[in-house]
Amino acid sequence: MLRLGGAAALLVAALILAPLAAVLWRAGGAGWPGPADWAALRFTLLQASLSAILSAAFAIPVARALARRRFAGRAALITLMGAPFILPVIVAIAGLLTIFGRNGLVNSALEALGLPPIDIFGLHGVLLAHVFFNLPLAVRLLLEGWRAIPAEHFRLAAQLDLPPATIFRTLEWPMLRARLPGICAVIFAICLSSFATVLILGGGPAATNVELAIYQAFTFDFDLGRAAVLSALQLVIVAAAAVLALILAGNGTAAPGLDRLVQRWDGAGGLRLWDAAVLTLAAAFVALPIALVLGRGAASVLSLPVSIWMAAGVSLLVALASAAISVLLALALALPRRRRFEAVGLMTLAASPLVLGTGLFLLIRPFTFPGNHVLAITALVNAAMALPFVLRSLSPEIRQIEATYGRLSDSLGLGGWHRFRWLLLPRLRRPLGFATGLAAALSMGDLGVIALFPPPEAATLPLEIYRLLGAYRTEAAAGASLILTALSFGLFLLFDRMGRHADT
Amino acid sequence: MKHLITAAGLLLATGAMAEETPVLTIYTYDSFASEWGPGPALEQAFEADCACDLQFVTAGDGAALLSRLRLEGDATKADIVLGLDTNLTAAARDTGLFAPHGVSADYALPVAWNDPDFVPFDWGYFAFIGNQGDPAPTTFRDLADSDRRILIQDPRSSTPGLGLLLWVKQAYGDEAPAIWEALSDNIVTVTPGWSEAYGMFLEGEGDLVLSYTTSPAYHIIAEEDASKVALPFEEGHYMQIEVAGLVAGSDKADLAKSFLAFLVSDAAQSVIPTTNWMYPAVEPSAGLPEGFDMLITPAKPLLIAPEDVPATRDAALEEWRNALSQ
Repeated sequence: MLRLGGAAALLVAALILAPLAAVLWRAGGAGWPGPADWAALRFTLLQASLSAILSAAFAIPVARALARRRFAGRAALITLMGAPFILPVIVAIAGLLTIFGRNGLVNSALEALGLPPIDIFGLHGVLLAHVFFNLPLAVRLLLEGWRAIPAEHFRLAAQLDLPPATIFRTLEWPMLRARLPGICAVIFAICLSSFATVLILGGGPAATNVELAIYQAFTFDFDLGRAAVLSALQLVIVAAAAVLALILAGNGTAAPGLDRLVQRWDGAGGLRLWDAAVLTLAAAFVALPIALVLGRGAASVLSLPVSIWMAAGVSLLVALASAAISVLLALALALPRRRRFEAVGLMTLAASPLVLGTGLFLLIRPFTFPGNHVLAITALVNAAMALPFVLRSLSPEIRQIEATYGRLSDSLGLGGWHRFRWLLLPRLRRPLGFATGLAAALSMGDLGVIALFPPPEAATLPLEIYRLLGAYRTEAAAGASLILTALSFGLFLLFDRMGRHADT
Repeated sequence: MKHLITAAGLLLATGAMAEETPVLTIYTYDSFASEWGPGPALEQAFEADCACDLQFVTAGDGAALLSRLRLEGDATKADIVLGLDTNLTAAARDTGLFAPHGVSADYALPVAWNDPDFVPFDWGYFAFIGNQGDPAPTTFRDLADSDRRILIQDPRSSTPGLGLLLWVKQAYGDEAPAIWEALSDNIVTVTPGWSEAYGMFLEGEGDLVLSYTTSPAYHIIAEEDASKVALPFEEGHYMQIEVAGLVAGSDKADLAKSFLAFLVSDAAQSVIPTTNWMYPAVEPSAGLPEGFDMLITPAKPLLIAPEDVPATRDAALEEWRNALSQ
């Protein structure tokens, strides 16, 4: 198990570091970032930190309400929480603009009331979009945390008639303390490499990012050394965030329980109203932009060119391959329960797609023409990009299961494959379903490295959408976005359902 | 044994056949070779006569194309690089990878063309696009004083964004920073690429978007919608001229030269207007498509000499960033 984990960690590290080294080697040395690059780095750190804190903070009441309430549509709401995160960026931004943009719902309402309009462009717009993307992810990850608190603890709390504040302090806070730093680190890393969102909603060159600085170094100045150094800086920052998260999280796994279905008796009275309000707001915030975007595309779906449907097929295959690779890698990294292996998995988030793509190009070019293998490269890179999320949902569960049953299994001599098959797999089905769905959907919606080697044939759907937009075909692009969203979400739903039907 | 000989013979035969159809490799930007660009039609027309196989290899845009070429250096597979523009030709020439093309044509460009290394294949003017009937400022100063909200692109990641940067610099020189400061409250946002800005304009997120004077032609011809108009500016309009070049190391120089000659021929040029939505470099014998006659014709074309672009660009970018980052 340990050896497998080590091999997987090496593979992932090589996938990130070898391209970086190749770019550095081709550059003939490092380059030093200029003042504009440092400014970009400062803004990136600021927006990523704020985005992570806000997303996690807002996620707590939502996840808490979801954890202690049972109502019709709860399962649907939890599923919906997966949606924004897996939306293609360009679709999500269009959706947010239909709500918060100049002609959006909010401004129409304000105008009707005679109030001045709001402007979404600026740091606050970037934060709004990042919370939209990441709040639901944080909710899902926290919800897993609540599920991991043993049912007996809540039963005991109910028998002792503990007030909600005490339940929070004794049962919920230790779980939050253990999980929040990791969740913040993941969101921080996602926002660190957020490209289009920051530039489109940022409102001006002050709102920029390291990836743009890297792009500039590559194309304008052809300063590969500077591009590589900027990319390395980004990796170092994410590594620092990951280490910080590990220190803050401490060694937090909840006390073992009996693996029963959690029932809750707390949270009556005024809290009921509070939870209802929180859930309604969260649902509207997540669902409205998506619904409006889908509505826009509906008109042109049937008249889409054949190439779009072919691209959809290509994207599905890439997504499935990518999900499989990602889940296998994550299992290999998480099963040995070594923090250092998992930290390697987080690093892929911070890898600059441009440096990664260029480095891979330099590495592959002497042997074969990279353009001929672009789909395989895309599947592999997408798998690496999804790895942190897959790890984040699998690894706490594995730790929890081992904390609960580890000693029993050891005493039974249950090890290796049998331990995985009979102890872990049945209890991992839910997070496995979630993680596989997430990885597939992320790969489906991501433009990724294919934009660097766009193949004239066999394009993916996100690439075709960019092509339609570039060719003035906005209507068709809206239709194709609808298909992309439906397929991404469908994939996610399928795997997530498969996992949840395994519920005990 | 006999089978082996047959197999070897077959192998040799297929090898020989492969050699009979030479492959012409053209590096270009993605939208040129895509289903909606000029690529497929040009490929079909050229392959009809050349007894060759034309293959496109694509990069994201013109700037990415040049980077790809620089990465590959002498080892490049490209016979032709198609889709650089005059803002990139100085850097492209400096690579030493291009050879004289020897192609000449009766160009319909607003400026004289005598670059021995690059063949122009289309061109356009940058302009702000707005809706018919809305207030239409006629200078950058007017625009800055007005309440018009504009969507522009980042000069570091987008060709039109760079075009606007050079446009303001060429028109205003040392006053360019003041113009940008005055414009800053008109700018809704600065997008990474053209499509995001244009899409947001169509959604009504801004009053004006930076694009080309030829953009309304798409709406007129493909959507029968004449409501989108380009705003004529008194300072003149900055130009983009797109070019193709012959790679010096190509082992199919003759074939490549015949493609470059084909590129400025009637057959290729008549495809350009309604696929790339730019003006063809040589006027097609049948004239421009209907709808192009409704476009504005700027009185004063602006263009910075290619060799001066790199220095001007770096200085102007610094000014732009300082003026807008406050």
